[in-house]
Amino acid sequence: MADIDIKHLCRLAQLALNETEHQAVRADLERIIAMVDQMQAMDTEDVEPLAHPLEADQRLRPDEITEVVDRDRYQRGAPATRDGLYLVPRVVE
Amino acid sequence: MNEFATIGELARGLRQGDYSSVELIRHYLARIEANSTLNTFITVAEDEALNAAASADQAFERGEAGPLTGIPLAHKDIFCTQGIATTCGSRILENWIAPYDATVVDRLAHAGAVLLGKTNMDEFAMGSSNENSYFGAALNPWDSSRVPGGSSGGSAAAVAAGLTPVATGTDTGGSIRQPAAFCGVAGIKPTYGRVSRYGMAAFASSLDQAGVFGHDAQDLAVVLSIMSGFDPRDSTSSDRADSWLTGVSESGLKPNDEGLTIGLPSEYFKDLNEGATLLQAAAKEFENAGCRLTQISLPHTDAAIPAYYIIAGAEASTNLARYDGVHFGYRCENPKSLEDLYQRSRSEGFGIEVKRRILTGTYALSVGYFDAYYLKAQKLRRLIQQDFLSAFEEVDLILAPTTPGVAFHTGDLTDDPVAMYQQDIFTIPASLAGLPALSLPCGFTGGLPIGMQLIGPHFSERRLLETSALYQQNTDWHQRHPEVA
Repeated sequence: MADIDIKHLCRLAQLALNETEHQAVRADLERIIAMVDQMQAMDTEDVEPLAHPLEADQRLRPDEITEVVDRDRYQRGAPATRDGLYLVPRVVE
Repeated sequence: MNEFATIGELARGLRQGDYSSVELIRHYLARIEANSTLNTFITVAEDEALNAAASADQAFERGEAGPLTGIPLAHKDIFCTQGIATTCGSRILENWIAPYDATVVDRLAHAGAVLLGKTNMDEFAMGSSNENSYFGAALNPWDSSRVPGGSSGGSAAAVAAGLTPVATGTDTGGSIRQPAAFCGVAGIKPTYGRVSRYGMAAFASSLDQAGVFGHDAQDLAVVLSIMSGFDPRDSTSSDRADSWLTGVSESGLKPNDEGLTIGLPSEYFKDLNEGATLLQAAAKEFENAGCRLTQISLPHTDAAIPAYYIIAGAEASTNLARYDGVHFGYRCENPKSLEDLYQRSRSEGFGIEVKRRILTGTYALSVGYFDAYYLKAQKLRRLIQQDFLSAFEEVDLILAPTTPGVAFHTGDLTDDPVAMYQQDIFTIPASLAGLPALSLPCGFTGGLPIGMQLIGPHFSERRLLETSALYQQNTDWHQRHPEVA
């Protein structure tokens, strides 16, 4: 099993763990990866990966407008908005 | 009134005027209140339920009632409900109200069913015990020191305790069948694509499928007939016309008399202790009813848990990227930067199991690991599906245990995620293959229910349900109920 770089994974997944959580999650992940590594011993030569249980093609629909703009309704569940915009901390000074 | 009445019995009572829908709903709301320590509901929608019941009573007066008019039900709190909170058992959605109804919610509401409330669940459907709910675990009505199973534990426990006659659930790796077994009720996970996923919060999109809990096969069939069907808003929805299903509430479910061949997979029975004799007795019951039993092998069964935790983790890490503290849901206090906002909102909003799964998925998808994990898991997924497809050339259905044993005690497995994952060993393979499967109570060990699982070929729900009806016609395990308030 490769070394698990928890800090790197947290950065990719946008999670911030404190030191206690960090240790616990490392131990858990090591056990989980050790469990899934049982896969490596199984023979899958010449097997095509299965991405979708019914192997259905994505359906195409006519190129017609079906959505309506309903921004106010959808923004009602947002933590902070103003004039139809989502508010976040300043990114560019 | 019989606390554990089926919807067939309740519909008859409503039609005959034994009680009004408003009276019926008041009765169930009072039962939910009296059993609130079971913690099966996250939200009880009392006002909305009474209004919907009043509308149902008017429909009866106008002579416009359908098979579900005025019938109470509960939805797992993963289905979006306009105007009623949808939390997914998570702090990150604690105060979120969906701007639209899920297709499942919409179809059942249009059929006249009355929503009692939203049931407890493991956070984002990740768990096998309900202990991962931000709102506290639901308890098993047979023994409140034990878990009801998960992730749809609230729905299973609520049906078992007679707090609702039917409830919806979702199943990604066993989240309907396992709690159904632990709580002594019936639960079906339909074929992937049978029921629309629109408005059902996504966990692992290639696996997630909605289903239903109830006491008997007829109730499962009637609710499924309303829930299922093509939906253009779900790109993986299957376009099928199953006339047996659309007509099932009028015609009723006929117990199967075709003398089916039922396969018993040796991999599922080899280490089974608890419940093994009950499973053998259930198999014997089918034999007595004219079925033929035969041993089969599903040789890649051992690959299922490792492959599942990679595929489900990878899909979850992608799906849960949308919870960013910006567009909806929880936001941390005083974010110092955009990155700080993302990271703290997610870290404070998600529980530990959700973080584990996101990180497992992130690991599997990260540069250099994709082929060794994600692609490898997808190849094993094909082998697992192939096992089933080969078996179904020889047998009509597969009979297997649903779980390795009875419901375990609260706290028993919380410190060991891998041991918790092993609980899903018998349910995950059918999920990976996209097959329909259901769990039925088939006996008791030490006063606790044991479930048996029936697995069928893609879109064989009719055979599964009619075979269940055959079993329930000859046995009465589904009529045993826990002692509750």
